[in-house]
Amino acid sequence: MIKARITVTLKNGVLDPQGKAIEGGLASLGFDGVGSVRQGKVFDVELDGDDANKSERDLKAMCEKLLVNTVIEDYAVEIVV
Amino acid sequence: MTPAVILFPGSNRDRDMIAALTKISGKPPVLIWHTDTEIPNVDLIVVPGGFSYGDYLRSGAIAARSPVMREIARRAAKGVKILGVCNGFQILTEAGLLPGALMRNAGLRFVCRQVKLKVENAHTAFTQHYWDGQVIPCPVAHHDGNYFADPRTLRALEDNKQIVFRYADDTNPNGSINDIAGIINKKGNVLGMMPHPENLIEADHGNISGRRLFESVLEVAASEAA
Repeated sequence: MIKARITVTLKNGVLDPQGKAIEGGLASLGFDGVGSVRQGKVFDVELDGDDANKSERDLKAMCEKLLVNTVIEDYAVEIVV
Repeated sequence: MTPAVILFPGSNRDRDMIAALTKISGKPPVLIWHTDTEIPNVDLIVVPGGFSYGDYLRSGAIAARSPVMREIARRAAKGVKILGVCNGFQILTEAGLLPGALMRNAGLRFVCRQVKLKVENAHTAFTQHYWDGQVIPCPVAHHDGNYFADPRTLRALEDNKQIVFRYADDTNPNGSINDIAGIINKKGNVLGMMPHPENLIEADHGNISGRRLFESVLEVAASEAA
């Protein structure tokens, strides 16, 4: 079995109102010096088989077709095991 | 003159849309379930508002990949008129039938109120019964209506007059870029908008300025079919 982690982040230049609200929350807790916060998503995916190259190709296709909106988001695929 | 309404699990503005279309076209629309792979011959396909799949992953993301959407893309390519309202707009952008994306409202709150809409392009199949620059009241009810597109896409939308509705008089409820409330595809047959014209159909709604949109597109579709 192959385990993978997909990290999805907002593209540079895309405003992130949720990140801004979290920044405000951190500031009100007294954490000074937080430059900025951007919120993203993580998907942990388990795949049958043990062909890491094929899995990586499949995972990228999954990102392009559903998991990521490439208009506003970037992604990184990492094979964990 | 037959419209169709597409139903997804979690659609909840479908009844309002069905009532509006029934009232205006004179007969009830064909109802299509999201797993259907065929759509009968219709002149207008409407993707209504709601919370398909509970807005899981991203609003409209999962609905946009459902079986019926492949047929909608085929019909869109053939020139059939497609209207997406609210969640329907989100679904059409997620399906790639309209450019850009709808993000979380800048104020982070669900907004349910009346806004003012300026008709930016009264020369589309959907807006012929309005005039350029006309300002109409229209209700919005959404959490993810903050339209975003990259600068190049935005310029193309402006240059091609694809921005059909803009929030007017500082009533932008969601931070949408360039006050965009509704856009049309380049070909002019797929319109997506966040506000709900189906809720301004009869005098009891307080205003009937949403009627013209449906009257316009049904009239154009009928004349093209003739």
